[in-house]
Amino acid sequence: MDRFRMIFQYFQSNSESVMNGICGLLALASVKIYSCFDFSCPCLPWYNMAYGLGIMFIPPVTFFFCGLILNRQSLVMLEEWSRPQGSRKKDPAVIRYMCSSITQRAMVAPIVWIIVTLLDGKCLICAFSGSVDPEKFVGFANASSVQVQQLLAKVPCKDDELMRNNTSRKAVSRYLRCWSQALGWSILLILIVAAFLARWLRPCFNQVTLLQARHWSNYIDIEQKIFEETCCEHSRQFAHKCILHFFESMRQEIKLHSFRLPREGEGAEREEDALRGITNQDQVNKLLKMWYYEKPPLNVSQVTHR
Amino acid sequence: MDKFRMIFQFLQSNQESFMNGICGIMALASAQMYSAFDFNCPCLPRYNLAYGLGILLVPPFILFLLGFVLNNNVSMLAEEWRRPRGRRGKDPAVLRYMFCSMAQRAMIAPVVWVSVTLLDGKCITCAFCTSVPVETLGNASHPGFSQGEMKRVLARIPCKEIYDGQELIANEVAVRYLRCISQALGWGFVLLMTTLAFLVRSLRPCFTQAVFLKSRYWSHYIDIERKMFDETCAEHARSFARVCIQQFFEGMSTDLATARCHPPRKTPADAGEAIEKLLGITDQSTMNSALKSWHRCKPPLHLQQPALPSSNGWAGEEHPPAHSPVPRREVAAYYSRV
Repeated sequence: MDRFRMIFQYFQSNSESVMNGICGLLALASVKIYSCFDFSCPCLPWYNMAYGLGIMFIPPVTFFFCGLILNRQSLVMLEEWSRPQGSRKKDPAVIRYMCSSITQRAMVAPIVWIIVTLLDGKCLICAFSGSVDPEKFVGFANASSVQVQQLLAKVPCKDDELMRNNTSRKAVSRYLRCWSQALGWSILLILIVAAFLARWLRPCFNQVTLLQARHWSNYIDIEQKIFEETCCEHSRQFAHKCILHFFESMRQEIKLHSFRLPREGEGAEREEDALRGITNQDQVNKLLKMWYYEKPPLNVSQVTHR
Repeated sequence: MDKFRMIFQFLQSNQESFMNGICGIMALASAQMYSAFDFNCPCLPRYNLAYGLGILLVPPFILFLLGFVLNNNVSMLAEEWRRPRGRRGKDPAVLRYMFCSMAQRAMIAPVVWVSVTLLDGKCITCAFCTSVPVETLGNASHPGFSQGEMKRVLARIPCKEIYDGQELIANEVAVRYLRCISQALGWGFVLLMTTLAFLVRSLRPCFTQAVFLKSRYWSHYIDIERKMFDETCAEHARSFARVCIQQFFEGMSTDLATARCHPPRKTPADAGEAIEKLLGITDQSTMNSALKSWHRCKPPLHLQQPALPSSNGWAGEEHPPAHSPVPRREVAAYYSRV
């Protein structure tokens, strides 16, 4: 139990690690979805390009939005941005820092999808098989242009009857896959170099502002969590007092309507407290009926002042 | 016990994460159900459309209702909606908040089902195979097929083993075309849902934050109050039962003593706990009569005041004293036979 509480407290104190965890999970989910997804190129002249580019770009947009939605800090940032100034000034540097950290984390899953797509090659083969220069490939060189378009469009479909034994199909396929993988690896290299430079060169610029912005953005996040917890605790106490007050008022009513002789005995008092003066079926039924028909007002001030 | 209480408190305080957990489980369950489901296209002209669209739209509706059923807060919402005003006002913003948050969670499993169905492609292939554009994809001018015949042939596209229209339009071409459309629709649907969710979530803090905080607090309060009331009632019921049963056994042992014509024996102070717990019942026949009496004639739900003789003891409520002598007479009669 202690371990569980420690882990929970660790996550509470370090919300950045929670967000990193979520961003990692989304990246893994994107790879898994790509491998489960049954890519089937339509092998028709205009549809190929639309399908290929659609599969390459629409899921990343979805993952980007998912990354923004699942990140709690985006809500905190929006609240901080849209709140009235009140007696606490707003610091644009903090909001900018939060925005950039949220966006960076949300971009990881889309980039993973695009890179996996490019390295796999199916999307690019499907999208650009119709744009290849037919002169370069023996099997397609001497056909009319319409026929060539049709044939090239069928290149991604290995099992099509026209393409089954066509050696030029494999040539076109390999050519496009080579381009696709080259593009994928270059994008990966550029991104990693950019991330490396950004991380190395950042301390040279505005380190103090950065430290302040990070501290205050963490603070705003923790303050929000603690406010929610305090509200929960408060509503529990409020409910407790409200119900006790309700049972007390029922007990008063019963005392008014009955002639109770004074009681003796120590042992009876403990049970009596638990029973709160309600000792038969009709009284219980009346209590439950009152609870439904006339809930007590949300006001426990007289209880606390007693 | 401590462990359970801590987990319960954690779940209570973080009730939203509990509901999120349930909703994630339902989403996984819906994806699993789809993969376990054995899709069987009928391959007949009108049945295809009905079957395909039915599988696409009916299970999500069922999952949506199931999402409401499994949500404990539905009864809370209904109760808060229907209760009489009494001394506590009703806030429509709270009701709206509760309903919206429940509906949002219940929508997730249906959306997952529809997305998985569209991305898989079998449903759309089955439903729309008769609407494939034969002119562009195959040879529409192939002789020998009237409209009805063509429809019947096209309807067999999903069933590869019985497809006999290879000259009209190749099976793989038609299937690829339909699956491409289906996957495009699927991704479009997923994008639309994600964009909507993003807009709903991000526009809210900009417009109604104060009202939102208020509604969220009071909806949690109503939930906690209801749980606490149930706990208090359960505690009360436990004490009530304990006192009722204690009084029953005391009544039995007093009757016994009366029937045997000697005063009720007070257990000596050093007799030990075990003898006290026997409540005056110390042999088999007495126990049997106690059990029989418990079955035949349960005591009334009316706890007597312990310090007073029973003839004076009513708390002023409606139970007439005439009921109580009856069990006594029964017991006395049993013993007089012995």
